Amino acid sequence: MDNWQSLQSKLIAAARANPPSDRVPYAFEKRVMALLAARSATEPLGLWVRGLWRAAVSCMAAALLLGAWAFFNPAASTKTDDLSQNFENTLLASVDQSDQVQ
Amino acid sequence: MERTEAELIAAVLQGDAASFEPLVQRYSPRVFATARRYARRESEIEDIAQEVWLKAFEKLKSFRGEAPFEHWLMRLTVRTCYDFLRGHQRNRESPFTDLTEPESDWLERYVALPETASENAEAAKLLVARILERLSPPARLVITLLEIEDRPVKEIARLTGWSVPLVKVRAFRARAEMRKILGKMAKDKYL
Repeated sequence: MDNWQSLQSKLIAAARANPPSDRVPYAFEKRVMALLAARSATEPLGLWVRGLWRAAVSCMAAALLLGAWAFFNPAASTKTDDLSQNFENTLLASVDQSDQVQ
Repeated sequence: MERTEAELIAAVLQGDAASFEPLVQRYSPRVFATARRYARRESEIEDIAQEVWLKAFEKLKSFRGEAPFEHWLMRLTVRTCYDFLRGHQRNRESPFTDLTEPESDWLERYVALPETASENAEAAKLLVARILERLSPPARLVITLLEIEDRPVKEIARLTGWSVPLVKVRAFRARAEMRKILGKMAKDKYL
């Protein structure tokens, strides 16, 4: 145990005796600034893309919820027995009304 | 006249991105020195430093100016280095290699006469670098900060975002991990 402790101290001392260099590559700051500039140039497009993705996800979620509601709601399915008939009645409601007035 | 750090930060926050450049210039040596503790290849070190500065620019709004900018930046650097270690964990899962001849000689000298085995020996430096590379990311981070950089536990907690008890637990585990690795490398003949 003691052997290990002192060996560990020795190894840690070896690591301390060899501190890493703080050398910075040539023109590193210029590269960072260029990256930042490129990033801000693509930012408006990125905002649009993010916004559209969010809208697509929300629409999908709403469609799924409404689909599930329509599928699992028995009242809604028994109420309308003939969709084509109902559609035709709605479409021609104004014509029917004008016929009745005459 | 050279602008102060606070003036530069205020200018960046007001939309003058060019004012960020002097900050990059001033603090990059510290960022690079920290990154070199956790990565070996220059390309990886540069990637880490670049990421640190991109994050710093993005998150500059969160810098409240209560502590020096350097402390805030170092926190960001240490956390980026930790993310790097976690991301590259698989690369280090190569099979163990035995000690090289100089490493073995150094250990033998150490066992026979501990005071004659110099910590400045190249073999000792290589051995410790190899052990550090084999450590898990939290163990490597805590050994580097606590033992090699000799930072207090509270400061490590602040830098890493871990709680003080967690730092202590991880330090204990890291030492055990280090011993296990050295034992495997040396096949337990020196310990």
